Amino acid sequence: MAKTTLIDFKPLKPDSTAAICAKHGDKPDALLEILHDLQEDLGHVPEASLPIIAKALNLSRAEVYGVVTFYHDYHMKPQAKHVVKICAAEACQSMGSRELIKLAERLTMGKPVTLEKTYCLGLCAQSPAMMVNGQVKARVTAQAFETMLTGLT
Amino acid sequence: MMKIYVPRDSSARAVGADDVAVAIAAEAASRNISIQIIRNSSRGMAFAEPFIEVETANGRVGYGPVGVADVGGLFAAGFQQGHSHPLCHGRVEQIPYLKNQERLTFARAGITDPVSFTDYTSHGGFEGLRKALAISGADIVKEVTDSGLRGRGGAAFPTGIKWKTVYDAKADQKYICCNADEGDSGTFADRMVMEGDPFLLIEGMTIAGVAVGATKGYVYIRSEYPDAIATMKEAIGIAVSANWLGQNIQGTDKSFDLEVRRGAGAYICGEETAMLESLEGKRGMVRPKPPIPALEGLFGKPTVINNVLSFAAVPFIMAKGSKAYADFGMGRSRGTLPFQLAGNIKCGGLVEKAFGVSIRTLINDFGGGTATGKTFRAAQIGGPLGAYVSAVQLDLVMDYETMAANGAMVGHGGIVVFDESVDMAQQARFAMEFCAIESCGKCTPCRIGSTRGMEVIDKITANDNAQDNLQLLEDLCQTMTDGSLCAMGGLTPMPVMSAVKLFPEDFGGQKPTQKAAE
Repeated sequence: MAKTTLIDFKPLKPDSTAAICAKHGDKPDALLEILHDLQEDLGHVPEASLPIIAKALNLSRAEVYGVVTFYHDYHMKPQAKHVVKICAAEACQSMGSRELIKLAERLTMGKPVTLEKTYCLGLCAQSPAMMVNGQVKARVTAQAFETMLTGLT
Repeated sequence: MMKIYVPRDSSARAVGADDVAVAIAAEAASRNISIQIIRNSSRGMAFAEPFIEVETANGRVGYGPVGVADVGGLFAAGFQQGHSHPLCHGRVEQIPYLKNQERLTFARAGITDPVSFTDYTSHGGFEGLRKALAISGADIVKEVTDSGLRGRGGAAFPTGIKWKTVYDAKADQKYICCNADEGDSGTFADRMVMEGDPFLLIEGMTIAGVAVGATKGYVYIRSEYPDAIATMKEAIGIAVSANWLGQNIQGTDKSFDLEVRRGAGAYICGEETAMLESLEGKRGMVRPKPPIPALEGLFGKPTVINNVLSFAAVPFIMAKGSKAYADFGMGRSRGTLPFQLAGNIKCGGLVEKAFGVSIRTLINDFGGGTATGKTFRAAQIGGPLGAYVSAVQLDLVMDYETMAANGAMVGHGGIVVFDESVDMAQQARFAMEFCAIESCGKCTPCRIGSTRGMEVIDKITANDNAQDNLQLLEDLCQTMTDGSLCAMGGLTPMPVMSAVKLFPEDFGGQKPTQKAAE
């Protein structure tokens, strides 16, 4: 995958971050929920949001940064227009997900697709499974994957 | 009006159930047939999803797997009257896959609309909580203890004893936490409860709250389950409106609030103390024990932490009595377990059976063998930290003690089947890789051992000093087993060493070293 340096030019509305924190009562235990909400709004967790969250929840920036980087879900850089998460866990391995992932790496090259491995979508009786822009798909054959991919432009 | 059932479970939606529902509505409209489409829960026959049911005078008749392209043909064949068709499974209650199960926890699976409060109550819902509200906390705890229920998350700790510890603890606030971070590959029973019978989990957790004197509960659901999160939230709202949650439940002096919290893609948060950290908004770092969470859990308060299936078993126990539950099972494994048949299996899905069923029965009789039709080679039981079993072990019965005595574990009841094409060295390496990716990093054997484990397995498969490295791998696994803080590092050696012991030929053990194909 080509190394791309992305600069986040999107001006951050500090109000929106603070508002999300306020919606969760500025409670430190709601940090994961706050980050999820923020990421749903903006597509990622911008670095500029960390001090705002830290202030609202009375945490250190390091603590917030630590949480953002610990969990696989959060990313501090924008993702591509489409996000494809392919299950790479055992049940899907048994039905050829390793080959599917290789195929996906080849086919998504140059497309506006962020490809990620995920570990289990709970569709293990219908492997291989994946999540495409938040929608789960199961029993995905190589052919079905190719067809699906042509729709992602 | 004719009723047609199209499951809303993600196992159905992932294979096009939403499109099928739309197609059925359109086809019915074009034929001037008046129908009502009900989005029910899944029966658990994942292999037949989307599994469409039609209500007839003789009960429901099932068809599956139905694709959009099949809908026209189904109407033409008269499926709306339950007529035969190549996709027809006959009367649903007569399907052997379902008929041969003992469904206590999944009694309503496929029958009801998950978010219909009246469906739930008209099928026995809230009877358990109603009884619990009428008796003392100590009596509830005793009932659960007498049922023999053990933690369904995998550790199999007696649920009643855990509840008793929290019951006896003195504190101004206690919590009930449901571990719904079902990250084990090959498992989906928690998801099916939350998507298919959310009130059941609400009822089970509320009973726990009433029993131990906790007024606040959290359901920690992994973010990979968006449908489960949405369904649980919707059901909690409905339960609050119906006064089965909230203040003064059903006019009693008992109160219980329930909140859904999303995980964020960290497998380790399925470990109970890491989950507590996560619920407190922190990195999911494992806590050393003691103190045990039952005494110092969430926010330092006494906390009941149970798996979805443990809580979901409780309403039956309360409604029908501990004996009715304990009558199922064998030895010290009482009741039923919703087994999950997954991976390379023809008829994958959910099979709830009493403990004591053999692996062979599950894989062959229910599962119908491998999906590819190739020879069975291995099955991993109990998730990514569970042991692999080989064809010679298929007659082992699923019971906590039997499995443990044979170097394996029941875990959360997931069975992932592999056919003869599997490379067991690759699987062993993956176990280490997964541990390296998902380790919280707190203790050294897990954090470093997993990476060293991958390297050693790479050397073995490259035939680099294989015998010495196999010995090294065994030493490393022993260190991880003995020295890790939690099951992540402590059990990763199980799949690794079981693969080495059962399938030595995949580790170059029996191949003449000088003839390695290069």
